[in-house]
Amino acid sequence: MENNVKRQLPDDLMNELNLKPYETTDIGHPEEQRVAPKVRVTTGQDKVVDSLEQVIKDNLKDGMTISFHHHFRNGDFAFNKVMDLIIKLGYKDLTLAPSSLTGVMNDKIIEAIKKGVITNITSSGMRGSLGDFVSHGGLKNPVIFRSHGNRARSIEEGEIKIDVAFLGVPISDPAGNANGQEGDAVFGSLGYALMDAQYANKVVLLTDNIVPYPNTPASIKQDQVDYIVKVDKIGDPDKIGSGATRFTKDPKELKIAQMVNQVIVNSPYFKEGFSFQTGSGGAALAVTRYLRQAMIDKGITASFAVGGITKPTTDLLEEGLVRKVMDVQDFDKGAAASMAKNRNQQEIDASWYADPHNKGAVVNNLDVSILSALQIDTDFNVNVMTGSDGVIRGAVGGHQDSAAGAKMTIITAPLVRGRNATVVPSVETVVTPGSSIDVLVTERGIAINPARQDLIEAFKNVPGLQILDIKDLQKMAEKQVGVPKKLEYTDRTVALVEYRDGTVIDAIKEIKD
Amino acid sequence: MTYVKNRLRRTMMFVPGNNPAMIKDAGIYGADSIMLDLEDSVSLTEKDAARMLVYEAIKTVDFGGSEIVVRVNGQDTPFYDEDVKAMVKAGVDVIRLPKTESAAMIQKLVEDIEHWEDEFGIERGTIGVMAAIESAKGVLHAPEIAESTPLMMGLAVSGEDYTADMHTHRYPDGRELEFARNMVLQAARSADVYAFDTVFSNMKDTEGFYRETNYIHELGYDGKSLVNPRQIAMVNKVFNPTKEEIEDAQNVQNAIREAKAKGSGVISMNGKMVDKPVVEKATRVLQTAKASNLIDEEGNYIGE
Amino acid sequence: MEIKTTAVAGTLESSDIQIMISKGTNGIDIDLESEVKKTYGDQIKKVITDTLKAYGLENVKVKATDKGALDCVIKARTLAAAQRATETSDKPDLEVL
Repeated sequence: MENNVKRQLPDDLMNELNLKPYETTDIGHPEEQRVAPKVRVTTGQDKVVDSLEQVIKDNLKDGMTISFHHHFRNGDFAFNKVMDLIIKLGYKDLTLAPSSLTGVMNDKIIEAIKKGVITNITSSGMRGSLGDFVSHGGLKNPVIFRSHGNRARSIEEGEIKIDVAFLGVPISDPAGNANGQEGDAVFGSLGYALMDAQYANKVVLLTDNIVPYPNTPASIKQDQVDYIVKVDKIGDPDKIGSGATRFTKDPKELKIAQMVNQVIVNSPYFKEGFSFQTGSGGAALAVTRYLRQAMIDKGITASFAVGGITKPTTDLLEEGLVRKVMDVQDFDKGAAASMAKNRNQQEIDASWYADPHNKGAVVNNLDVSILSALQIDTDFNVNVMTGSDGVIRGAVGGHQDSAAGAKMTIITAPLVRGRNATVVPSVETVVTPGSSIDVLVTERGIAINPARQDLIEAFKNVPGLQILDIKDLQKMAEKQVGVPKKLEYTDRTVALVEYRDGTVIDAIKEIKD
Repeated sequence: MTYVKNRLRRTMMFVPGNNPAMIKDAGIYGADSIMLDLEDSVSLTEKDAARMLVYEAIKTVDFGGSEIVVRVNGQDTPFYDEDVKAMVKAGVDVIRLPKTESAAMIQKLVEDIEHWEDEFGIERGTIGVMAAIESAKGVLHAPEIAESTPLMMGLAVSGEDYTADMHTHRYPDGRELEFARNMVLQAARSADVYAFDTVFSNMKDTEGFYRETNYIHELGYDGKSLVNPRQIAMVNKVFNPTKEEIEDAQNVQNAIREAKAKGSGVISMNGKMVDKPVVEKATRVLQTAKASNLIDEEGNYIGE
Repeated sequence: MEIKTTAVAGTLESSDIQIMISKGTNGIDIDLESEVKKTYGDQIKKVITDTLKAYGLENVKVKATDKGALDCVIKARTLAAAQRATETSDKPDLEVL
């Protein structure tokens, strides 16, 4: 069957998994029944245990679903510790349902797949050797990629039923009151893990830092937690986030950032109380710096910034240029440290941040969102999942959610990367539909979605802002790099990419080498 | 591409000739001129490879409307002949000769260019030349160098080599370059060619960069040599005309139009005759204002 | 033209390609390493082959390590390597350009 962004989806799998093709970004007003977790009642006196192995043996059965969070990123010690034991104990047919997967987990997951321990995966994304392994057909069942908002929705509605959540934290008390802001391995917001803590049948905390009761502020609360396992070291602080965030010196990124700033400042949204989301890439950080100057020049302050947070954003908070930071995760030490001391830096969970099926998420209050792309096509469809070689190397993240919610979504991308065109006739994988993208900014000029005549009107007289048809940008890229040979795939589906409402927006096939 | 004698030349961005990544993106920053370098930024063992790379780049890369200048190796090197030959064949706009010390050197360059133009069936005069002045001798001979050929595009002061030749080095205040800067500018103006100031390489010293650029703009330089694309916007900012200057220039243009309408050869404004330098200044001001987006299509002022 | 020595041109920097050529016996034989081999491998080999043939070289072994170079870079590096291998760098044959 074909969906509304003209992608062919595999009928057999769609029927087998009872999935519907993507139709529209419009969510409407469906009434959804949420699920509740099972609770094993206890007064909570004996939650602290020494043996992780015993906890696993007592709670995990073949075929169950386990989850982790990715807030430790590449400094994560929790995942491999747990998976080592699960593999050793010989479990079979588990579903892995983390908030996302990071590079340090790759080898262990591949081992678990090869041994039949893990047979299903749902994640925001995957990179490196694991992406390569899956793209070459290493996992029998297709991976289901979900955005952060979609994961929250799927958990609430029972599409993802977490049997046991293993959640690493840098601090907890013996009852399970925990946060991400104190201890050696701090990462700031626990936003994504809060879903698991709330909805998993069993919640196991792993920590190297147990402090006397009660530990506050408590992001994860004692009423949610079954076990606390003391470990030697829960994470490597140096690999959790980039250390001090440095502004890019790459002149091309700066040029793009400057143009993004021009787009924002000249948009109808740049006024007192506006709100924005920026990512963590080089250009995004530079945008924050230009935006800061523009806000000072015009005497404007922002009501809030949301998303993955970096130090340049918390600096704006401290300067009073941004009134609140709505924080679902922190990308660097500075932003994580800021959470501990700034009460205007509000920790938010994934549902609050981006869930399409709730009573209003933060992204719905967003004016301007600045997002990146591996590829964008002449219909403005964006790929943040597969590379130009067709191999999985990305993550949906909050891309679909933020694009759908924001009043103006800006994609920043260089026209070409190395010899790969970024602006292409048709993206390898559609992740975010073009109907939720408004402006593309490249170093050679910007393109505006023809559906946004108001923005075309607003930007047409901005001095120095080169407005082009996206088809012309695509041709410009093609002139530089040439026409690539079409990639070859087998008929086998290795992954399905869901839209935020749970419909399927694209299928990823096994790559032929 | 063909050499154009008069055009806006505020920024001349240096790009190392053996660096494909930098060459590929050189056209996106809006430099008035891009100088692809075969000389100092290329090691002796890579001269041949850089020459081929720059050749192919000129033939195929989209430099976004910037003028393309190539700095060839000096006439005292074994690379000079092949550099000139390849660049003529590539169809570069301007060839820059390093270490120029006499009119004869430029005349030799022009002869060599013409020889290869004839050889490759290219019309003579389609490639301009410029002289880098990098020594005491060069500075003292600047007037004859500037007037050595009708194809002379301009003179550029090169501070590093010059200060070494003068037994000194670069200082933040630039006093060591005072004589050279004035001499080269005087020579350029007298011969009606362009004058370019030397590079400022400390990217961390923004204040120093503005100080120096303001200074050379005050002296009357047409533009500055740059090592980093980030300096382009800074130079353009310094070279931007004021609102008043733009309005004056527009008045001059109106006077010209009136004179033409009347069929009069004499342009007058407020009862006074308008001289040629004033007319030329007006053209320059409006050209710069347009390039910097300070006026719109109709000439309305839209700067901050 | 005759290959007199094994020669290398180009670097392993991003957007560049390193071309090593040596005497071959069986036409132009290219061993290509590239991240864009699937999509641009044929095109890269074609540029190298055409350039070498234009320089009058028929039997060449080529080792190419590509870092995302555009065609103009591939051509320039192949030419430089060919000039070095034929020891004609001082007086390269520009007729082939």
